[in-house]
Amino acid sequence: MLIDKSQLKIFVLRLADDALVIAHRLSEWCSHGPSLEEDLALTNVALDYMGRARMFYGYAAEIAGDGSTEDTYAYDRDCRDFTNLLIHELPRGDFAFTMARQYLVDEFNLAYMELLQQSKDPTLAAIATKANKEGLYHLRRSRKWLLRLGDGTAESHNRLQQAMEDIWGYTTELFEMDELEQAIVEAGIGVNAIHLHPQWKQRVTATLTEATITVPSSDWAVTGGRKGIHTEALGHILSDMQFLQRAYPGQQW
Amino acid sequence: MVNLMSTPSSKISLLSVENYDRLKRRQESNHKAVWNLLDAVKDPEIPPLSIWDLGVLQDITQQQAVITVTITPTYSGCPAMQVIAEDITTVLQRAGYSNFRIATRLSPAWTTDWLSESARNRLRQYGVTPPQEEDAIFCPQCSSTEVRLISEFGSTACKALYQCKTCQEPFDYFKRI
Ligand SMILES: [Zn+2]
Repeated sequence: MLIDKSQLKIFVLRLADDALVIAHRLSEWCSHGPSLEEDLALTNVALDYMGRARMFYGYAAEIAGDGSTEDTYAYDRDCRDFTNLLIHELPRGDFAFTMARQYLVDEFNLAYMELLQQSKDPTLAAIATKANKEGLYHLRRSRKWLLRLGDGTAESHNRLQQAMEDIWGYTTELFEMDELEQAIVEAGIGVNAIHLHPQWKQRVTATLTEATITVPSSDWAVTGGRKGIHTEALGHILSDMQFLQRAYPGQQW
Repeated sequence: MVNLMSTPSSKISLLSVENYDRLKRRQESNHKAVWNLLDAVKDPEIPPLSIWDLGVLQDITQQQAVITVTITPTYSGCPAMQVIAEDITTVLQRAGYSNFRIATRLSPAWTTDWLSESARNRLRQYGVTPPQEEDAIFCPQCSSTEVRLISEFGSTACKALYQCKTCQEPFDYFKRI
């Protein structure tokens, strides 16, 4: 089954938006980390995601071939044009919230990128291979933090438990597939996220159990990111991130 | 410059296919002068290593009058890549080249396996432990393998922060990737 260029572009932009938005959230910790080492780690992970976003946006621009650049996508689109999964845009919260989100996303991304390496699209396969190598380090770190926070003090345990409760309903969306992604999968280019769920659930459950954290119940779910329907949080990210380009269009360093 | 023939025979098996191809591209190139010029371009964060040592410099080709310098990024978001591209431009322009472009190649993905023995030795002399099997990570000061991980991410994305339990010195470890 073949897909056309515009479908491929939409798909690539989804991956790009996911990476950019989480990169932005992580970068907010710069100079606010709980320790110097953590500050460096958080911003290094942010940089990896930023680099990933740039590669995906660059590829989307190449597919579009209409003069768009990575900056056009990052700075000139409004909330409803962004198609990131909502979990990435949630405010950074406290350190427990940031690490809880990061761990859940790291587990998902590593499995996703591992499969995307087999994509028939050579550019996506190449980006996935890079992302996969880096993702191993991300996951190792976020997993260790989960164990430390969950099995740490009463305060850190409670905060991590609360963070998991607050985030859990946003994980459903990670495993949703719409018609477009179905077509991308059938073309041998994308990844069927539904298939990733059992292993993700198993790994996450094992980590949370080891961290003495109760796996939250899946009785609520918020979705809509892929359709451009966002939480209030995305608008605040964009007002911060896009301000300069909106005030001085085309401005460069 | 790295010479394949001077590599100890016991190490030849460690040379990946990609790196062997890269060596061959350099040795059989019609643009040896350009390869040699670009040995002056160092990693801004690890000055003892050139972009050739790192495996970032992949190929130099020419089509009509345009010379293409192909590089492979280390980490996705490594800020050094921008500086490296600017430094390549400066070095080539100073040498009188004007008709060139810099292309980025993502595949095969960069790996620390492309670091030569000589590059590893220079890293160590610089005080950074070169990429190893996890249980062989040693202190660059006293060579002790009694070390502990302080942070998965050090001063840059490519390094982790360790401390030596023997001499107590903290040190950077160039992560194997
Ligand atoms: Zn030592």
